[in-house]
Amino acid sequence: MAALDRPVAKPRPVYLDLLSIRQPLPAIVSILHRISGAVLFLVGIPFVLWITQRALASPQGWDAVRAALAHPFAKLVLLVLAWAYLHHFIAGLRHLVMDLHIGMTLKAARTSAAVTLVLSLLVTLAVAIRLW
Amino acid sequence: MVTGNRVVVGAHYGWRDWLVQRVSAVVMAAYTVLILSLLLWFGGLDYASWKATFASGLFRIATFVFMLALLWHAWVGVRNIAMDYLKPVGLRLTFQVVVVAVLVAYAGWTIQVLWS
Repeated sequence: MAALDRPVAKPRPVYLDLLSIRQPLPAIVSILHRISGAVLFLVGIPFVLWITQRALASPQGWDAVRAALAHPFAKLVLLVLAWAYLHHFIAGLRHLVMDLHIGMTLKAARTSAAVTLVLSLLVTLAVAIRLW
Repeated sequence: MVTGNRVVVGAHYGWRDWLVQRVSAVVMAAYTVLILSLLLWFGGLDYASWKATFASGLFRIATFVFMLALLWHAWVGVRNIAMDYLKPVGLRLTFQVVVVAVLVAYAGWTIQVLWS
C-alpha cells in the first residue's frame, strides 16, 4: 500500500533527444552557424583559392573558370557557399553585438535569430536570381 | 589561468581564443565590405580589371591579412567542434593535427596565388 502511494521516480539522468525536441529559433541559428563554418572550412576556402588561382593565371584560365561556373552544379555549389558565408557573417555580427550587451533579453535574442535566418536566406535568394 | 585539469587537446583556458575569434571576425567583415564595395563600384569584372586589382601590392597584403584572419578564425571554430564531438584524446589530437596541416597548406596556397 505504502509503495503504491509513493510517486514513481523518473529515470535519471534525462537524455534529451535532439532530433525529437522542438528547437528554439536561436538554437537553429546556432547550429547553422556551426555547420556553415564547417562548410566554409572544408569546401569554401579550397574552392575560392582554386578559382582565384585559375582565373589569375591567364586570360584562358579566366574564360575556363567562367565556363566552369556556368555549369548548374557549380552554380549550386556557389549558392550553398554564398548562403554559408551570409549566414555565418550575419550570425557572427549578431554575436559581436551581443558581446556589447545589446539585445540580450530572450525576446530580443529570438527576434535577432529570426532576422539572421530570414535575412541570410533573402540575400541568398537574390544571389540565386543573379546566378540564374 | 586554470592550472589543474588541463587537457592536451583543449583550448587555452582563457580569453585569448575568444578574443582571436572576435578580432579576426572584425578584420574579415571589413575586408568583405571592401570587396563588395569595389565590385559594386566597378559594376562587374573582366580579366583586365581582375588582374590589375591583384597587381596592387596593397590589395595583396589586405587579402593576405584577411586570409590569415580567416585561417586563425577557422582554427578556433574547428577546434571548438572537435572539443564538442570528438571525445577520445587520441582521435581528437589526430584530427587537430590534420586540421592544422590543412590550414598551413591553405596559407601556403594563398601565398602561391598572391605572389606568383
